[in-house]
Amino acid sequence: MTIAEISRAVGEGKRTATEITEAALAEIEKTDSELHAFVRVMKDEALEQARDLDQKEEKGPLAGVVVAIKDNICTKEVPTSCGSKSLENYIPPYDAHVIERLREADAILIGKTNMDEFGMGSSTEFSSFGPTKNPHNPEYVPGGSSGGSATAVAAGQAVAALGSDTGGSIRQPGAFTGTVGFKPTYGRVSRYGLVAFASSFDQIGPITKTVDDARRIFDVITGVDPRDATSVDRPRGERIATLKGVKIGIPEQFFPKGLDSEVASSVEAAIAKAEGEGAIRVPISIPTLDSAISAYYLIAMSEASSNLGRYDGVHYGHRSEDAGDLLSLHLNSRREGFGDEVKRRILLGTFSLSSGYQEAWYGHALKVRRLIHEDFQKAFAKVDVLAGPTCPSAAFRFGEKVNNPLDMYLSDVFTVGANLAGLPAISIPSGKTEDGLPLGLQLMGKAYEDDPVLDIAEQIEKSLA
Amino acid sequence: MTIEENLIHHLSELARIRLSPEEEGRYQKQLQSVIGYMEKLKTVDVKGIEPFVHVGEITGGMRLDQVTPSLSPKKAVENAPSSSENRFVVPKVVE
Repeated sequence: MTIAEISRAVGEGKRTATEITEAALAEIEKTDSELHAFVRVMKDEALEQARDLDQKEEKGPLAGVVVAIKDNICTKEVPTSCGSKSLENYIPPYDAHVIERLREADAILIGKTNMDEFGMGSSTEFSSFGPTKNPHNPEYVPGGSSGGSATAVAAGQAVAALGSDTGGSIRQPGAFTGTVGFKPTYGRVSRYGLVAFASSFDQIGPITKTVDDARRIFDVITGVDPRDATSVDRPRGERIATLKGVKIGIPEQFFPKGLDSEVASSVEAAIAKAEGEGAIRVPISIPTLDSAISAYYLIAMSEASSNLGRYDGVHYGHRSEDAGDLLSLHLNSRREGFGDEVKRRILLGTFSLSSGYQEAWYGHALKVRRLIHEDFQKAFAKVDVLAGPTCPSAAFRFGEKVNNPLDMYLSDVFTVGANLAGLPAISIPSGKTEDGLPLGLQLMGKAYEDDPVLDIAEQIEKSLA
Repeated sequence: MTIEENLIHHLSELARIRLSPEEEGRYQKQLQSVIGYMEKLKTVDVKGIEPFVHVGEITGGMRLDQVTPSLSPKKAVENAPSSSENRFVVPKVVE
């Protein structure tokens, strides 16, 4: 059932929130020992919420909608571990802004989902609590870092989920699991209560079955919040009711030589369908995108090395038993609390920010970031939206990239551009490979024009149905 | 550029993460590969370009000087591995 159908059925009293919640819990019980989408199921809390909702006269826009929450989003009095041993026992004393909004809208919070530690990874293999499986084939990764959220939706354990996207962490698992993943414009959704990875990129967004569902979740969580100084209140762009005359830019950088042929033909077919509905294909070039991966990882790791300085074994999080003095308390708590990938990124970020290297690496990357931003602006002077594959391949097998960091980083090559420039971007299912693995089509729009991106995605979704 | 093992040791000290010699060796190879790839970024001409921090380009937002609801001291230290009388406890620093 879609969100529209559920909230109508609950609003009209045809279904109770308790029934819906019990059904979702039964589904999780049945499938999650295999899939491991959840690190914590909020069974008692969800049932209590459902019972209260069933008593309410006036119900909110997400009444009875079962939502799963990525475990880097703080939930009051419910452990929030961020996929990390260092936060294994952390219990937030407050709700994130998006959680307050979901509760006010009467969504049912069903549990916390698995993720790569601190959002650092593209497969959930870097979770301290074991990986999540792809429901289309359990030998394959679900993508990451919001892999638990994507699997929960794809497997029907939840109607919708919240993820967070720093370099593609909503869109790539969306593509790998055949779900819709939407990263709003930077600043559209408050980051208050989101555990920080790279603050100038991090953005919360929905993972759902349909574009309309994604919009309904987005409508609830978006808005200005004084507790996040970068949150904005600006118009969302003009609505688009048809693909007729919509200019779809096809950047050549999204179709590099040697691109997987199934990926290329799936996206090609989707664009041809859109053309059939009256859209206009505009070949385009965004030359600086060739530098996107390097600029993105340098800046993201630099910000991460600074943000993760707070895990010192003193204020909260893991503290080593082996700590005779303050320095060894820091050194050993961080050694024991962080996993391999997190350490690697902190070291790289520390390198890029350290005396003697900062201007040449971090400083240089920030300037390249401006060039990329300007290149996108030039492109959007000519087109309404940009389209291409979400990822260079379908889901990969467990273990395939885990020992080769660079290989793993390169799987984000098409998604990081939107984070560097702060643009709204969405991945929608565009078909499957011969082996039955889902593929995604990515659309990117102008900054703050979130509505046109959702509208165009919805039209393309319709033409592909 | 070449990443020496003693640079990894230096970075691990700056980042306050204790590493074993075996780990330093492994990270040296991996950082070498990643930084080697990123080196092509240096070929991009950025003369006269200002750094870009984020799309909003807001700096130094000021909040109103007003008291708003916030955590009590007791709540704020509740997650601390060790605390006493609403204060964080660390190993002795001054002899």
